[in-house]
Amino acid sequence: MENGNVIETFDLTKRYPRQTAVNGLSFSVKEGEIFGFLGPNGAGKSTTLLMLLGLSEPSGGSALVCGLDPIRQAREVKKIVGYLPENVGFYGDLDAVESLRYIADLNGMDRDATSEKISEALETVGLTNEKRKKVGAYSRGMKQRLGMAEVLLKDPKVMFLDEPTLGLDPDGAARLIDLIKTLNRERNITVLLSSHHLTQVQKISHRVGIMIKGEMVAEGSIDALAQEKFGVDGKEYSLEEIYMKYFQEG
Amino acid sequence: MQGISAVYRKEMADHFSSFRFVILFALIAMVSVITSYMAGITLKESLEGVAKPQFVFLMLFNTTGAMFSMVQFVAFFGPLIGIVLGFDTINRERAEGTLIKILTQPIFRDAVINGKFLAGVTTITIMLVSIVLIISGLGLILLGVVPGAEEIWRLLLYIVISVFYISFWLGLSILFSIFFRSIATSALASVALWIFLSFFVSLGASVLADMVAPANAPGVDSTEAIVKNIRVKEGISLSSPMSLYTKASATVIDPMRKTTEALVLMGPMEKISAGRFQNPLPIGQSVLVVYPYIIVLIALTLVCFAISYLVFMLQEIRT
Repeated sequence: MENGNVIETFDLTKRYPRQTAVNGLSFSVKEGEIFGFLGPNGAGKSTTLLMLLGLSEPSGGSALVCGLDPIRQAREVKKIVGYLPENVGFYGDLDAVESLRYIADLNGMDRDATSEKISEALETVGLTNEKRKKVGAYSRGMKQRLGMAEVLLKDPKVMFLDEPTLGLDPDGAARLIDLIKTLNRERNITVLLSSHHLTQVQKISHRVGIMIKGEMVAEGSIDALAQEKFGVDGKEYSLEEIYMKYFQEG
Repeated sequence: MQGISAVYRKEMADHFSSFRFVILFALIAMVSVITSYMAGITLKESLEGVAKPQFVFLMLFNTTGAMFSMVQFVAFFGPLIGIVLGFDTINRERAEGTLIKILTQPIFRDAVINGKFLAGVTTITIMLVSIVLIISGLGLILLGVVPGAEEIWRLLLYIVISVFYISFWLGLSILFSIFFRSIATSALASVALWIFLSFFVSLGASVLADMVAPANAPGVDSTEAIVKNIRVKEGISLSSPMSLYTKASATVIDPMRKTTEALVLMGPMEKISAGRFQNPLPIGQSVLVVYPYIIVLIALTLVCFAISYLVFMLQEIRT
């Protein structure tokens, strides 16, 4: 943390019996940053996130999240990291308030204070009107917003968002992206955003990292990457073009 | 601890609000009312004219009325309770994507499985206690006898043994729900093992015993051969939790039962004296007769849970 890096990995490696999912990954995310974590399917992004959360043990290398070791201090890490997995699941027979209350219980939050925090989180994601509906009846967009509310409930310092806009309609996706931006700005939450929606990533990311076949092939601001790949002023190029160039070379 | 209690509360709420529990409980309540009523009627008739019947209250639980006694019913049906409560514990959460969400909350991983197992055991205990109370209440009305202190102690012990027996099956089905990703597979695996251990082991035991130590082979001393045959048979059938449980619970419930052996060799005078003086065992002695069975049953339950625990702790969590 001394150097202002919220996430740091050193040669992080994950080997499965038949393949290497993450291969010597070293990158860092600074405090207050939105870091776009890009790469094709199966590049090892989700595996990296799981290792950063201490749910998967690295085969080699190490990582630090807010200066904590995710393996040995898993509980401390999980206290400050909010993780929204791809295809987040819910208990269909609970309503939004009950779902959030369970998360609050698991976080050991004070029972008297939770009601207020729950309504605040629901307010932030705009689900106040649907808070007594069973989650089973929620649309994809509402579920995703409820997932955000669960993340926000624990006042995270860092958010890992894995494909948060996947399957949302354009309006819903835009609103979610705005929400992430607002949270980052107003609450100074560092965001690690993994997504295939490159225009959205370009809109809000301060820096991006491109991961291909378990390795980080590029890391830096979009302008810097464009400069490196095209040798001209990056403003001309979209993230999509840069990404495709890296992808073809990879 | 915060993790365990949160999971525990959630699971308890789930159990008690689920149709699964309601159906199971309705079925058990119905069967226990019917069996205890039958047992009560039978007892009333058979005890007519007996000068001083002892432990009448306990007979409510082990008298075979028209169908089966309560003890037999739990031995047969108990595993199903455990399986129904546990077969989708982990793999449903995995399939719905809630497992990973819970595990990214600041709790230890074992809080999930401990909380779920404890909630299952509590549910089982509540079920059994209410069954015993239903039968006791009906018995009080039907027979008009009040249980003595020793009878209550025996019933409590019976409940404890039964809770462990059913929890063994709960632990086993939780283990399968960790192993198998598919809910149907884990349910099927649990039921298959239940059928195998409960029915086929006892059938197979006599077949194997006849093969290993034939009772009426030519040229062998027949008494010795019969004893050996039965020893082998009982040894094999002990690998079934059902026979462990049946032996343990039958002895605990019935003070007149003095041994778990199926075959007792007695001289003619012994036979007469045993027939004349039917003294019940005190509870301590009954326990002494079956304590190896009880301990093995408890050990099986704990080992089963320990394996589930280990597998769950070491398993790679992926969405």
